[in-house]
Amino acid sequence: MSLPVQILQFMITGLTTGSTYALIAIGFSIIHNATGIVNFAQGEFVMLGGMLMVTFFNSLKLPMVVAFALTVFSVAAVGLVLEWGPLRHAKSKEILVLVMITVGASIAIKALSMIFWGKNAMTLPPFSGEAPFILLGAAIMPQSLWIMGITILVVAALNYFFKRTLTGKAMRAVAASRRSAMLTGIPVDRMIFLSFALSGGLGAVAGIVLTPITTTSFDVGMMLGLKGFSAAILGGYGSMPGAVVGGLLLGALESLAAGLVSSEYKDALAFLILLVVLFYKPSGILGRGTLRRV
Amino acid sequence: MGKKNKQFLVAYAVCVFMLPFFLRNNYHLMVLNVAALNIIIVIGLNLLMGYAGQVSLGHAAFFGMGAYLSGILTTTYGFPVWPTTILAALVTGGVAYLLGIPTLKLEGHYLVMATLGFNVIVYIVMIQLDRVTGGPSGFAGIPPMHAGDFVFNSDRKVYYLLGTVSVGILVLAFNLIHSRVGRAMAALSHNEIAARCSGIDTEKYKINIFVLSAMIASLAGSFYAHYITFISPGSFSIFYSLQVVTMVLIGGMGSLWGSVFGAFLLTILPEFLHAVKEYNVLVYGTVLMAVLIFFPQGLFPGILEVWKKRRTRMEAESSGPGRGL
Amino acid sequence: MEEKKDPHGGGVIGSGERVVKAGPSGSGNGILLEGRDVTLRFGGIEALNGLSFTIRPREIVSVIGPNGAGKTTLLNTITGLHIPDRGEIFFRGEVISGLRAHQIAGLGISRTFQQTQLFSNLTVAENIMVGMHPRTNAGFLGGILHLPAERREEQKIRDKAENLLNSFGLLARADWMASHIAIAEQRRLEIARALAGEPEVLLLDEPAAGLNIRETESMGDLIVGLREKGQTVLLVEHNMHLVMGISDWVVVLHHGSKIGEGRAEDVQKDRRVVDAYLGT
Repeated sequence: MSLPVQILQFMITGLTTGSTYALIAIGFSIIHNATGIVNFAQGEFVMLGGMLMVTFFNSLKLPMVVAFALTVFSVAAVGLVLEWGPLRHAKSKEILVLVMITVGASIAIKALSMIFWGKNAMTLPPFSGEAPFILLGAAIMPQSLWIMGITILVVAALNYFFKRTLTGKAMRAVAASRRSAMLTGIPVDRMIFLSFALSGGLGAVAGIVLTPITTTSFDVGMMLGLKGFSAAILGGYGSMPGAVVGGLLLGALESLAAGLVSSEYKDALAFLILLVVLFYKPSGILGRGTLRRV
Repeated sequence: MGKKNKQFLVAYAVCVFMLPFFLRNNYHLMVLNVAALNIIIVIGLNLLMGYAGQVSLGHAAFFGMGAYLSGILTTTYGFPVWPTTILAALVTGGVAYLLGIPTLKLEGHYLVMATLGFNVIVYIVMIQLDRVTGGPSGFAGIPPMHAGDFVFNSDRKVYYLLGTVSVGILVLAFNLIHSRVGRAMAALSHNEIAARCSGIDTEKYKINIFVLSAMIASLAGSFYAHYITFISPGSFSIFYSLQVVTMVLIGGMGSLWGSVFGAFLLTILPEFLHAVKEYNVLVYGTVLMAVLIFFPQGLFPGILEVWKKRRTRMEAESSGPGRGL
Repeated sequence: MEEKKDPHGGGVIGSGERVVKAGPSGSGNGILLEGRDVTLRFGGIEALNGLSFTIRPREIVSVIGPNGAGKTTLLNTITGLHIPDRGEIFFRGEVISGLRAHQIAGLGISRTFQQTQLFSNLTVAENIMVGMHPRTNAGFLGGILHLPAERREEQKIRDKAENLLNSFGLLARADWMASHIAIAEQRRLEIARALAGEPEVLLLDEPAAGLNIRETESMGDLIVGLREKGQTVLLVEHNMHLVMGISDWVVVLHHGSKIGEGRAEDVQKDRRVVDAYLGT
């Protein structure tokens, strides 16, 4: 394979994983915008998405669409439980405490998954077969197209939701100023609830579409969560376009680095990028100005 | 330092000295040694969390850097043990400095993420750089510590060494807390703007304490390497970072004795959970959440408060209504 | 007697002379703190607009103006919490705008806040000791090792704190948590903490807010007493009675601009000042 074709191949792989990073990053942003906290359990939502889909589809033999919907709703429910239970009942509302509670939750979810599903990797069949398309000499798996397509669909749907629906606008209001939102009668608690459910659902989608390519197991959550967070920071924390840009860029860089430089340190790249971004422009690529407080 | 703390320190030193006489088993001594290492790391971490108000989820990486730097330099290259321990601490401190400068200017959770990311990078390097580090199967043959001709090659000898070090670190930590710097840190953790307007260079202090806590962790790592003589990446994963943070939270941020309690408790607790090893991690996550939800000021301070309230209630009841009415 | 509608500093109101106190500190022309054309923008709003002012040694200068006039923003800018977009601030003739907050505090400018910002996790005495930070220098090593020099300094710090507590009537509360004392005491503590750093200029942000008449009079006496001992004070206040009673010079702000300045009695009677407050 010539170099340009290789690069194209890496880019395709990169954009594929990058799409899932984008979905995970959006999940982080939604919760951060509504509550100000970093939800450490976001990665576990992704893991649960993959694992539950395997259970519903492979083990219980439910039709794919049904299993998909059921999984998404289940993980959204997990998100709701996390908010309604531990977070809402926390005696201290300090951000750091709440963040650490999500850390504890992520550990607990991971441990429960290990107990329930064991340690083995599990996989799903690709949505529409394995025969790759050939584009300019590079191979594209149909699953990649599914992933990118579903991501575009989700992003478009979210965009419509946040810009055109009343609930979506209400959530943006809460993100802009919680107090003002409260004063205008927006049920802030319900919006926070919704943000956790949405993030749970998004995580699940990311986990489901990714499993046919990378397989899933009880411990994939942490890395995916961290990479999604890196993507969010890279693109500009808190903004949806930022999450998409960050996710795609991170995926592409990771893939290129793995292919052209070294594949062993591939995972370290995401965090190296995180540190570099924090060093030079903490507000990310699309972020405005600096995050520094004077 | 305060009279009470001095008394507690003496009591602690006495306990440390006396405890081995009641233990038959070398295994117990080993557990206590691990507890001592945890105490040392947790005290450093508490200075960062409780006094400077910053959370680090990467202290396992600093611990690991101390262990691997000491281990590799003394074993593969024959460096002398004690100077290498200091060198490792300085290198780790330098790295912490580079990490801290940009991140400590931002809000707290950026440090959490940066230290987490750093931990992952270090972990991956430990595994991938296998020609130097031995990779996932670890690195063996590390020489034990020695003082002149006296070699610390038994659990009991290391116990007394580590016990003394832990007393030393406690003394130094208490000194720091009750000094001008300690007050400045307590002030900045609580009200950063007022602290700055009172002339405190908050950025400098945050960085310094972050570096100090990293160096203390590195020190513990070096001791660990020369004690167990074998190290592997598994001991330096993010999970360990979470464990030490949990120890601080259980003991109460800002309470050094709480840290001793938290480190000790969480070191010996898994020993009782051995039977249910599978559930070990689940219990961990649940305990962490429960403590944070119900005792955000720390389990140890929470218990103290409950105990105090009970005493005042009992006193009130014993001299309660009905008397003279 | 003409006040020009000039956005770059309203004119002097009244014919009163500004009394210049004898005092060696400050630069040759006797000005301690000065702002020239200070402008600060937040988003599209100009919080401070071409503000120029001078403060001379041993003066009590009050800054008044309706809510939102920029008074607290001015204090925040002087103390380094904001950097002006245009203009400069001078202290003893040297530029300080652009320095960081702790550096400015170290040069000798201390402040209190509109809502008291005590360190509620520290005791009353410890709050004052923190205030001494810029005038002390024990570092990490000295603290950790409890070196003799550090011990001596700690003793001096403790003695000084005791004196301050005494003169502010807080000695009995020395070991109480700062958040547990009464509001009026908290106010005094914040001032004591600011003074612990031996500042050349003390900035007070609405020290009388929430105080009753008697407490306000005590506050006024306290501030005048500080001036008698040589302290320079910049006071932001709403309480006209207090302002008029103790100020040597009054500066009036409105929408971030200075609309006039002068002696208290002249400013009080000025039409434009009254209009600004009543909003006609």
